[in-house]
Amino acid sequence: MSVLALGAHRAAYEVRGYFRAGDTLFFTFLFPVFMLALFSTIFQEEGGIAGGPGVPELSAAELYLPAMLAAGLLLSGFQNLAVDIAMERSDGTLKRLGGTPLSPVSYFAGKIAQVLTTGILQAFILIVVAALVFDVALPSDADSWITFTWVFFLGIIASALMGIAVSALPRSGRSATAVVVPIALVLQFVSGVYIFFWQLPDWLQYVASAFPLVWMARGMRAAFLPAEYATLEPGDGWELGWVAMALGIWLLVGLILSRATFRWIRRDA
Amino acid sequence: MDTDAVRVANLRKTYGDTPVVDDVSFTIARGETFALLGPNGAGKSTTVEILEGYRRRSGGSVSVLGADPGTAGLAWKARIGIVLQSAGQGGLYTVREQLRQFAAYYPRPRDVEEVIAAVGLQAQANTRIAKLSGGQQRRVDVALGIIGRPELLFLDEPTTGFDPQARREFWQLIRGLQEEGTTILLTTHYLDEAAQLADRVAVITRGRLRAIGPVAGFGGEQARTPRVTWREGGVLREARTARPWEFTAALAERLGGEPEALEIRRPALEEIYLEMVDEHDGAAAQDAADDDAPQAPATEGAGR
Repeated sequence: MSVLALGAHRAAYEVRGYFRAGDTLFFTFLFPVFMLALFSTIFQEEGGIAGGPGVPELSAAELYLPAMLAAGLLLSGFQNLAVDIAMERSDGTLKRLGGTPLSPVSYFAGKIAQVLTTGILQAFILIVVAALVFDVALPSDADSWITFTWVFFLGIIASALMGIAVSALPRSGRSATAVVVPIALVLQFVSGVYIFFWQLPDWLQYVASAFPLVWMARGMRAAFLPAEYATLEPGDGWELGWVAMALGIWLLVGLILSRATFRWIRRDA
Repeated sequence: MDTDAVRVANLRKTYGDTPVVDDVSFTIARGETFALLGPNGAGKSTTVEILEGYRRRSGGSVSVLGADPGTAGLAWKARIGIVLQSAGQGGLYTVREQLRQFAAYYPRPRDVEEVIAAVGLQAQANTRIAKLSGGQQRRVDVALGIIGRPELLFLDEPTTGFDPQARREFWQLIRGLQEEGTTILLTTHYLDEAAQLADRVAVITRGRLRAIGPVAGFGGEQARTPRVTWREGGVLREARTARPWEFTAALAERLGGEPEALEIRRPALEEIYLEMVDEHDGAAAQDAADDDAPQAPATEGAGR
């Protein structure tokens, strides 16, 4: 089989494994849907909420849909792969694969394909639940969906590559979750996922902007929120060119780091 | 074509200043089964992992199927099979799924159903690996090691944790591979396993090769010198002599009758091995010594 055919073969296997692991299924796949449902239910009574000064009121579900889509990118790509690969390294799965003629390229093609499959499915469920259960009016113009599409793909691939790079950090499978989940959690709090980004102090906005989640969340807001909401962003606009550039840079950094750090086993000497 | 599957010359591996493998040399012919014996921490697994390409060597030369494992590529990996010491991954998949997955990595894999039958897991083929017993999981490891139809198979303590019945079945499986011409490098704690399966045996303690040779005649004349034991005055006595019959006849004459608790034995591989380990390894031998380590008997000054 060619390297790519083997990648597809791995992808089918990886997706099957993903949906069999009950805990990751909840914490990476269903978590954003769960959080969307939670926020939408908690704030249901209050009617409309203005996301900030001088912008139209929206329902909680409308405000949180783009945020949860961005969180999904981080969880399905970064958190999922960082924990998954660290576990595979510690339980000997990678060592075993390293003793077979499987190319690392096929292995990663399988992982990325798994991330894409589960990420697309997750975004689809989020959008469908938001529209059908919480009456979120979805954008009707092509531009918004085009924005969503490229933000989604750039974001999830950058996120997956960062996950591969970070998977080299935990010293054991047991510590993988302990290392990775707090990173993901802090990123979500400072990147405008759970708390409106404009409410953060300026310096924290600057710090957070060094990380990719800020840009994924901003891109998703650009796709799903009314144009008036752009005034809440730093620079008073969506600045999609910056979003594309930041995510592009992170994708490259992720690619370089994961290529440089990945080993089938921790090699001695 | 090269007649040796494995050639190791003056292999060294050091961590800092500590040598773990020290000047080890051996060759394994194609089709041969070679057993590496030694107590825990003797350097067996390090040696094997260097041959498998997992570790780098500090010195010496190594050739495995004509290539240096430190630099060999994927085509080389397609020709070897590795059964590592640890077990129990891939628990989310069934036995059949896992074997189908791995079979796809190799250019000419064995038939998945045949391999499942060979390791005796037909009844568990659709069971997730996590739900199998330890011994059954180990058989999955072996199945994954042979699925690619390897020319050279590494077996690192393959039957640890097996019950006697499972070990015998496993030996049958290995004999089948031997008949097909597979070269096998086996490391084991079980001396009877080495005696059953291996053409040649090498003993490694403290990183050094102490002895190497065919199972029959292993350890040389000296080590195989028969051992006569008997009880005299309530004390167990022992003598080693190349002429046990003569010795026993003389003993009977001296004692004026049948010696009490008389035994004449040629040391089996296990005894020879343990003596070797004791000699070179002192306390570390306790790890490997099973329950029947040789007692230190009162020795008669005979049989020199």
